[in-house]
Order: sequence, then C-alpha cells, then structure tokens
Amino acid sequence: MNNFFTTSFLVGFFASTIRMATPLVLATLGEAFSERSGILNLGIEGIMIFGALAGFVTTYFTHSLWFGVFAATFSGFLFGLLMAFLSVTLGLNQHVSGLGITIFASGLAYYVYRAVIGSPTIPATIKAFDTLKIPGLWKIPFLGPILFDQYALTYIAVILVIVSGYLFFKTSFGLSLRSVGENPEAADAVGVDVYKMRYIALMIGGALMGMSGAFFTLAQFNMFIFDIVAGRGWVAIALVIFANWIPSRVFWGALLFGGVDAIGLRLQGTAINIPFQYFLMMPYVLTIIVLICTARNASYPSALLKPYRRE
Amino acid sequence: MSLISFKLEKRIPPPWWFRILMPIMAVIISLAISSIFLLILGKNPFTAFYYLFYGGLGTKFAFLEMLVKATPLILTGIAVSIAFLAKYWNIGAEGQLYAGALLATWVGIQNFNLSPVFYVLLVIVAGFVGGGVWSFIPAYLKARFKVDDVVTTLLFNYIMIYFVSAILEGPWRHPVSLYPESVNIAENAQLIQLVPRSRVHIGFLIAVAVVFVTYFIVKKTKLGFEIRATGSNPKAANFLGINTLKTIIIASVLSGGVAGLAGVSEVAGVHYHLIHNLSPGYGYSGIVIAMLGGLNPFGVLFAALYFSVIITGAQMMSRSVGIPPYIADVIQGITLIVMLAMLLLFEYKISIRRGK
Repeated sequence: MNNFFTTSFLVGFFASTIRMATPLVLATLGEAFSERSGILNLGIEGIMIFGALAGFVTTYFTHSLWFGVFAATFSGFLFGLLMAFLSVTLGLNQHVSGLGITIFASGLAYYVYRAVIGSPTIPATIKAFDTLKIPGLWKIPFLGPILFDQYALTYIAVILVIVSGYLFFKTSFGLSLRSVGENPEAADAVGVDVYKMRYIALMIGGALMGMSGAFFTLAQFNMFIFDIVAGRGWVAIALVIFANWIPSRVFWGALLFGGVDAIGLRLQGTAINIPFQYFLMMPYVLTIIVLICTARNASYPSALLKPYRRE
Repeated sequence: MSLISFKLEKRIPPPWWFRILMPIMAVIISLAISSIFLLILGKNPFTAFYYLFYGGLGTKFAFLEMLVKATPLILTGIAVSIAFLAKYWNIGAEGQLYAGALLATWVGIQNFNLSPVFYVLLVIVAGFVGGGVWSFIPAYLKARFKVDDVVTTLLFNYIMIYFVSAILEGPWRHPVSLYPESVNIAENAQLIQLVPRSRVHIGFLIAVAVVFVTYFIVKKTKLGFEIRATGSNPKAANFLGINTLKTIIIASVLSGGVAGLAGVSEVAGVHYHLIHNLSPGYGYSGIVIAMLGGLNPFGVLFAALYFSVIITGAQMMSRSVGIPPYIADVIQGITLIVMLAMLLLFEYKISIRRGK
C-alpha cells in the first residue's frame, strides 16, 4: 500500500483513464449526433460490437490496422443508414427499432466471426496498435507520458470532440441539426430538409459508434471476444444525458467513467480482497448514480422519440 | 433523398384476422431476409431451414428440448409485454431473471423440512419477489427522479450478472466443483419432470398458466385497463383519474416478477443449482417475442414456441450444415425489425410515390 500513490502509479492510472475513456468518447459523440437530430439510437451497443468485429476481421486478413478502423467506421455508417430508414423514413418506434438493430448487429457479428475465423482453441489475434508518442511532448515530466503517449485513435477522439463542438454550435449545419431535433415543423418551415438532416446525423453517429468498437479489438485488446463491448454502448446513452448533449462535456464525462474503469483495473492487481466482479460493476453503478443526480436537469432535445411526418 | 416518398394515411382498424396474419407474414419475410446470410456462406437456405425446423420439432427429443427452452422464453416474453403495454421500456428482463434465480436458489438451498408442494411454491414466490424487487428499483427511479428507464434497466442487467458471478465465486461456491456454481437446491424444492427421462418440467405448465392469468389481468381487470390506458395515452389516463406513475410501478413489478419466474424455471427445473451463465439471453429474446406476439399473452405464447424452435434447431443446423448457431440471433433481430414495420401496415395505408 505504501507505494500505491507513487508518481509511476499515478502516471499509469491517468494514462489508462484516458485510454479507457476513448471508446466512450467516440460512442457518446455518435449518440449525441443522433439525439441532437431527434432520434434515440439504441442500436449503439450492437453497432459497436459489429464495429469491433469488422475492425478485427479486416485487420486479420489485410494486416492493416487502418483498413480495420475504416471498415469498422464504414459498417457503423451503414447501420446508421439502416436506423435512419427505420426511424426517419418509416417513422417506426425508436426504442424497438434500435433494440432490433442491436440484436441483429451483435448476432451478425458473432455469426461472421464464427464463419470466417471458426472456433479455434486459442483465440485468433492481430498485432494491435502501439501507442503513438508525440515527438518532444511525450518527454515532458509527468504530463508527457499521460497525454502524449496514447493510441492514435485517442488523439482522433479528442480532435473529434473539438470538431463536433464547433460543428454543433458555430456552423449553420449545427443550427439545422439542432433545429430538427428541437422543432422539426419550424425547421421545415424555414427550408431545412428534416429527413436529410436526420439521415446525415444518424450516419455520422453510426460511423462514430463503429469506430468506437474498433478501439476494443485494435487497440485495447488484440482479439475479438464474446461480449467485448460489455454494455459500454448503454453507458454512452447515459453519458450523453449527463453531458447534456454538449461535446466538451462528453469528454469530461467519459474521463470520469474511464477513471472508474482504470481504478478497477489497478485494484484488481493489488492485495485488496474484494472479488473482481465488484470492480467490473462499478462503472454501471456510477452511471446510475450520476443519472439520478442529473436526470431532472437534463434538457432532452424536444423532438426526441417523435417521428416527423410531413403533411 | 426524396426520389421515392411514402404517404401514410391513418386507416380504420383492419379485421381481426389481420392481427394473426401479420406475425405470420413477419416470420416468412424475416426468414427470407435471413437466408441472404446463408447464401453468402454458400449454403442452400432450404436445406438449412429444413434442419433448423427438424432440429427444433422433428424428433421427440427435439420437441421436448424445445419445450424446455420455451418455458423461460414464454415467461420473459410475458414479462416484457406487460411492461411494454404500459409503455414502460423494461429492457431488464435478463437481469430480473437472474435476480429471481438468485432468491429462488437462496430459498432452495436452505433445505427446509417442507412438503414438496409448499417448498416449490415458496421457491416460486421467492423468484417472483427477486425479479419484482430488481425491476421495482429502476421504475421507482423513473417515477421519482425521471431517470430514463431504458438505460437503468439495461445497466441493472450487468450489475446483477456480475453480482451473481461474485456470489458464485465467493460465499455460495460449491465446495468441490471446479466450476463456479452453487450447491444443489433441496430435492423437495425442485420442479418435477413432466415427461419421464426428459428435461421437460412442470415449469412449462406454470408458464402456460401465467399466460392465462396475464390475459385475465390485462383484459378483464381494472389494473389491466389502467396499464393499457397508461401505455396508449398517459394524458387521457391521468384525466380519467388513473395514477400513471403508480400504474407504471405496478406494471414493472409484475413484469420483473414474471421474468424472475423464468429464473426459477432454469434453477429449479433444469440445472437444480445456480450458474453464472444461466440464460443465453432469454431476457433479450423476450423483447422480440413480446413484439412478435403483438403484446397479447396468447400471441406471446406462440411467438415463444416459434423462437424456441429456432433456438433449439440452430444447434442441429449448425452441426449438419455448418452454419454458425448465431444465425438464431440474426433471425431474432430481423424478425423484430420486420414485425415493427408490419405494425405500420396495421395502422396506416401506405402509398409510394415517385418524385417529390
């Protein structure tokens, strides 16, 4: 216990907090795009699982990690398109169509894995991403190894937070996006194509969810295992409420949860005699506590869950 | 974007047979779509589906195994349908199943000196209470703090499954077994076999009884009316003097309780002890079954039997034709989406127009 809070422990802890937050940042941003346009996408968990698979299988056969990332992102884009067809064009119940996509996409992921990889006794592996040290900066004492010795996908996630924040609040695209989520009739009246905006939002959102899935198989682990996403998609649904649909807050929220994950990982390895399941449980318990504290103040997009049908 | 557009017109409710035709069409269409994934692997879908149904219905053994799996599926389907009728999005049947199994096991391993009838009843009540309590918490959080029901019920699944796993590797661990499992529940607490030398147990009849009871409650009682009114139009329900928050909480407890019974069926009827992988996703299948059954208890019964055939038969199809058994999950996801789209036909007349 004495060497618990040494510098190297803290560096390791903060670095892994950021690492664990990465897929949450990407997935929650994706959900923020969807919900800002007025569509709850419960397909998120399945889209992430399929993204994890698509990334893994593509890299397994092409030996290119970036092809893997692209495949995962593209698969998410396609599932976003499917969700848009169901919830925008057909105007179906968003809860049920999202769950349908999750059941379908996760089933399909395991199906494809078994079909192309089989069920070997030793799981198939790829050579996963190494961290990318930013020249010069990573040598800064303490902060360097925490902030500038991360995976490329982590830097991309941070950039996407900034880009999305800019897009949401400083561009006409963002204004249209928010308007179709708040008041589609009014948006339509001033010439915004509600259907098109929602399609775009769901496709961008899906792509981000797919990319998030790739992080699990291409960076955090180097294989595809059953239940690899383990409910992180549902945590993202909660995080987007916590963040009040604002990208910069998504980042801080994800760090909080990444921190809890990281504490769990660290404590598992110590002599503290608590079953590891309680550590695995912590992010979910924390999510619910945070929701209880923030739910009343959440300002949901007004048109969320309401299909728009032009008269 | 608008090369093709749909025009929807509300229409008068179609005839009663449409309600029966709709799920049948959904099943056929979803099997047709699923066959794309078989063709991609170079498999003949007709051969594959033959083994799928043969493996779930074709032999006496397959048929009895199908009934074993149908038991929890009927119960989770009913559980989800009760909550969905109130438009309470309980996606937590999986966790409630485990909560029910947990409490039922706890009662079962006490080795009470009771007659089998009373002991089994006690185990059933325990399972109902376990699932009901685990479902009550998110419903209370929704009513009291407006916490989103979808998120909490989903996260509660993970919390309960990790908890069961921790218990099984800790205090309840079987003293000699290599696997994390509890000791067996008392023999007089076990559900008796329905067919000798098979795994079918009396739980199947209990599940069918639950279907009838649910039908009675939903269609014939004041509570059932309140649940349906809360689901279809909460504002009007409030106006009628129905306490919609209270109704949602009651519906959630009934829903969770029935899901807990699915846990009882698996512990007291199939395994006789608690294991951490008690359910291969019966709680999630319950969502598909509830929707395919049109949230009608008898519809749920048939939908559960259908998916039990698919889930049971997928194993034989996998062995005989070399198709991964996960095709059963793919079919479930597609069926859910197709059935949802069919409901659109039920409410609207659709005309497709070209151009804007």
